Amino acid sequence: MNEIIFTVGLIVIQSVALLVALLIVTAFLLYADRKVWAAVQMRRGPNVVGPWGLLQSFADLLKFVFKEVIIPDGANKGVFIIAPLVTALLSLAAWAVIPLDEGWAIADLNVGILYLLAISSLGVYGVIMGGWASNSKYPFLSALRAAAQMVSYEVSIGFVIITVLLCVGSLNLTAIVKSQETGLATLIGLPWLAFLNWYWLPLLPMFIIFFVSALAETNRPPFDLGEAESELVAGFMVEYSSTPYLLFMLGEYIAIILMCAMTTILFLGGWLPPIDIWPLNLVPGVIWFLAKLCFVFFMFAMVKAIVPRYRYDQLMRLGWKVFLPISLFWVALTAGVLVTFGWLP
Amino acid sequence: MPELFRDYLPVVIFMAVAGAIALALMASAIIIAVRKPDPEKLSAYECGFKAFDDARMKFDVRFYLVSILFIIFDLEVAFLFPWAVSLGEIGIYGFWSMMIFLVVLTIGFIYEWRKGALEWD
Repeated sequence: MNEIIFTVGLIVIQSVALLVALLIVTAFLLYADRKVWAAVQMRRGPNVVGPWGLLQSFADLLKFVFKEVIIPDGANKGVFIIAPLVTALLSLAAWAVIPLDEGWAIADLNVGILYLLAISSLGVYGVIMGGWASNSKYPFLSALRAAAQMVSYEVSIGFVIITVLLCVGSLNLTAIVKSQETGLATLIGLPWLAFLNWYWLPLLPMFIIFFVSALAETNRPPFDLGEAESELVAGFMVEYSSTPYLLFMLGEYIAIILMCAMTTILFLGGWLPPIDIWPLNLVPGVIWFLAKLCFVFFMFAMVKAIVPRYRYDQLMRLGWKVFLPISLFWVALTAGVLVTFGWLP
Repeated sequence: MPELFRDYLPVVIFMAVAGAIALALMASAIIIAVRKPDPEKLSAYECGFKAFDDARMKFDVRFYLVSILFIIFDLEVAFLFPWAVSLGEIGIYGFWSMMIFLVVLTIGFIYEWRKGALEWD
């Protein structure tokens, strides 16, 4: 009995620690996103609260908490309140299986990647519940758009994950990272060039498709058609204020960071050092993981700052007519190559 | 059963903690912030006008079509998962079985493409 209480207590402490760390990292990445965006447009970005504006996100949090919660008369009140909770809860819940370092996952499930796919698929419910329950036109149109967009790109994300699984032979996230310890670099006899071992190089087209699909799946610009300000004001969040709005924002950003983490694990070797030589391979894995995560997030931020928004028909064409056939073909090709050369794990 | 329990208990606890954090954030504004509702504030937002009609309106059938196509392909992805993991054991026979399935599916995909189900204008 004591043993059970001890185990449960340990898991609770670990969970709280990971979630608090995640929320703080999110606050600073949000700030980084705004700073990158500002720098590209030759602005200064947030620079008032704290040194260089570093505490801007925390000031925003305080402001949200002191704002009035408005629930429109026409809204379906229960669903209206639950929607932001669902969004925030789901995007946080996915982090239970992410290994930040070897053995540093809250739950190292043997079906980890399937769990991630399932949880990120459920994210569409928060959007559609919020948009429908608001009983207002902008949120309704936005929810339809965002839902169609998210499900369209989820298909290609699924195929990309399958190509990686073909190379790994396991659904476990730790196993996916570990299988990237050997690869192209060991094949050509230069094992210290560890970054060549990772799947981004042999599966380069899939890496690109995953990156672009991740942008679309999380409603990031240039695919932010769910909340295209010029047409739909703020999309499905129009009727939300105060902390319910904050939860939507938080859920969206944590989903983006989750996509960065998934890119890191699937294609950029997770916690493995990029060059396997003396001082670099002493650095703890979690540092490498965070560095790679920040690098992918920087690319997300640059895309937001540089690329103009897509039109909706272009978005659907890209998803169904370009990414879907290419990724389907690549699944067959990868399987064919692995079977022919006997490289299956 | 205990092994399954040990694997998934952390996920359940993690979700509970995450839910508690989300609830606390939401409750904090409801408790702290001043609430002074009035009819204008609580009406649906429509560029400053009175809302013309109900927002539960007809919408384009293509959204429905997209969701149907999504179900087909997402089921296929779910079907491919166990195949991808066990391809090493099922070998050449398993490989060709799946390729035949994919060819049948591709024929369906070409059909819906030609029929214009993927057009959006």
